[in-house]
Amino acid sequence: MTDLLLRNGRIIDPANGLDGPGDILVRNGRIEAVGHGIPAPDACLLLDVTGKWVTPGLVDLHVHLREPGEEYKETIESGTRAAVAGGFTAVAAMPNTLPPNDSAAVTRFILERARDAGNARVHPVAAITRGRAGKELTEFDDLLRAGAVAFSDDGSPVQDAGLMRIALEYAQGLDALIISHAEEPALSEGGCVNEGRISTLLGLKGIPWAAEDIAVFRDVALAELTGARLHIAHVSTRGAVEIIRRAKGRGVRVSAETAPHYFSLTEEAVLDFDTRAKMNPPLRTEEDRQAIIEGLADGTLDVIATDHAPHSSLEKDVEFPLAASGIIGLETAFPLSLALVRAGRLDPAHIIRLLSTTPAQILRIPGGTLSPGDRADIAVFDPERSFEVTPENLCSKSHNTPFLGTTLTGRAVLTLVGGRIVHNLLGVGG
Amino acid sequence: MNRLSSRHVLGIEHMTVRDVELVLDTADALKDILDRPIKKVPPLRGRSVVHLFFEPSTRTRLSFELAAKRLSADTISVSAASSSVVKGESLLDTALNIEAMRPDIIVLRHPLSRAPHFLARHVDTPVINAGDGTNEHPSQALLDLFTVRERFGRIAGLRIAIIGDIAHSRVAHSDIRAFSKMGAEVTVCGPGTMMPPYVEALGARSARCVEEALDGADVVMALRIQKERERRALVPSIREYAQLYGITRERLRLASPDVVLMHPGPVNQGVEIAPDVFEDPRSVILDQVTNGVAVRMALLSLLIISDTNREGGGT
Ligand SMILES: [Zn+2]
Repeated sequence: MTDLLLRNGRIIDPANGLDGPGDILVRNGRIEAVGHGIPAPDACLLLDVTGKWVTPGLVDLHVHLREPGEEYKETIESGTRAAVAGGFTAVAAMPNTLPPNDSAAVTRFILERARDAGNARVHPVAAITRGRAGKELTEFDDLLRAGAVAFSDDGSPVQDAGLMRIALEYAQGLDALIISHAEEPALSEGGCVNEGRISTLLGLKGIPWAAEDIAVFRDVALAELTGARLHIAHVSTRGAVEIIRRAKGRGVRVSAETAPHYFSLTEEAVLDFDTRAKMNPPLRTEEDRQAIIEGLADGTLDVIATDHAPHSSLEKDVEFPLAASGIIGLETAFPLSLALVRAGRLDPAHIIRLLSTTPAQILRIPGGTLSPGDRADIAVFDPERSFEVTPENLCSKSHNTPFLGTTLTGRAVLTLVGGRIVHNLLGVGG
Repeated sequence: MNRLSSRHVLGIEHMTVRDVELVLDTADALKDILDRPIKKVPPLRGRSVVHLFFEPSTRTRLSFELAAKRLSADTISVSAASSSVVKGESLLDTALNIEAMRPDIIVLRHPLSRAPHFLARHVDTPVINAGDGTNEHPSQALLDLFTVRERFGRIAGLRIAIIGDIAHSRVAHSDIRAFSKMGAEVTVCGPGTMMPPYVEALGARSARCVEEALDGADVVMALRIQKERERRALVPSIREYAQLYGITRERLRLASPDVVLMHPGPVNQGVEIAPDVFEDPRSVILDQVTNGVAVRMALLSLLIISDTNREGGGT
């Protein structure tokens, strides 16, 4: 492995309070030094990254890699390639595969495939219940030992509040993290867009905000009751932000994420993009979008996660009510988040905290910092570099995104995982 | 120019005022044919119209088929079992296979909202929406407009009251759009469980009670209560619905003296409409049925004209 010196970048490392020009020396896969005017050792690749952001590799707390079972949509290889192309060096893979990740064997399989792929690190999230069927708990301890970092039945909420309580109590005993896909199915079933103006105009069944708020409230209450660590996935409503804000105010151990589409788009996007803007939870109103941005700004929302959900045209190019929910997000998350900086809503260090530092802390995995001695999981972004979102420019196997055909600004130009160059648009080194 | 602005008739949503007027004027001219002893004219001779019905419908289908036959088109009807639709495997496949046989128009009825819009993106043949899920039923709204214009000589300025399940009725969605587009004032009323959010986005005002909705109305449209549509009942009983929202002789007195009573059919007598009201001369429900054929003849012939004159790609 070649040693590397990243010269004169803007180093943004919120964990160490850094945001300013400097150099980073990478040796033997680790960060050796961070500072000014670091001399280049012999046989070291010198990269001038003037004007670029040098950040800890991004950490995506919520992706769907589709392997095992739906490799025609994405594989662990293609999904992690998309990750590093977007500046992510670690991703948490949701368990709704076929078979689902509800056993140590599947967890080990995922880790092995990720190692073979050699792109981003993969941290499996195991199912809360066997078969994600919402009936019996999986073997939490066995799964943690195999390498699972959290538990979630993402995609299907745990409907039985009593079982969710048991899951949280049991997780509390192991100090494990539960991730809640917060949705009350009795209110959301059959719905395919936000309930409101757009559902009426399109004649489609809506999903009301209350379906999310009620479920968030329930799980926050259960976290408070049990003392367990709870993370709320893909927050999309104003009400959910407020419920989480209040819970944090009284010391509940709850964290929360939102996805770039919830602060970039509203329900109106369905009019333009049809099934490419269909997701669950659905895109909401401008009021919700503003509340999400405020939640990110004031720390109520801890994380930007992509909910990267690849689907092929088989699932998307069908009648709207039958179309699968979800969009890909690994390769668009950074520019969409950067737009919040350009709009003056968040500062750069805050964006990196949301995309890297905090998700690593919540998952209790290495990464998210640029401290000397750390594994060299590093991303370099050119905040001025524009690219068109086209199938040719995407590494993901699927292209289901409403941003397809648009030009976004801000792109990962170099990604290092353990000091290895896994993505490189700088045109040198490699 | 005597052609529609779009190659398809997917919904009133996409039609211009000019499109609507063109359909109504064309239907006017064609309606005479229905009173002749030999009710057949040649404009669609040598053309074929495929009626693709993924949902049972006697009236709409009969009306479309008759309209096509009156215009000398060859007609084919395909009914697909709804079980295969639910799996979502068949619409595109079926349509592509049908298209490979080069029909001139596809008339689609489908239980899923916006299925015709999806189809229109994938086939080259003009598509007429004959009712999609809870979204639209444009030919029904056009025949309603036609019937009202026939009675009043105009649509602009009239007060239209639509009573019933507004949220889940594609007829309501199309009628609200159609009447408001043509300058009428539309008021809707129904149980809270049957009112869509943001109904004003469609072009209607909602009334608190049926009496308020009927007050001074020139047209009263009662919608059919779909007893089977929702998994959970939206009203405690049909009896209570009839008491609160049924159109009775007494309630009809609140409306304008020249009021006409409409219903997209089939009527649950004694539920939406009291039996004695149904037989009232002010009811134009059977005129609606007759006019349905004329309006559908107009749609078919206008689409053929537009498609024949079309240069290059679609819209
Ligand atoms: Zn989810």
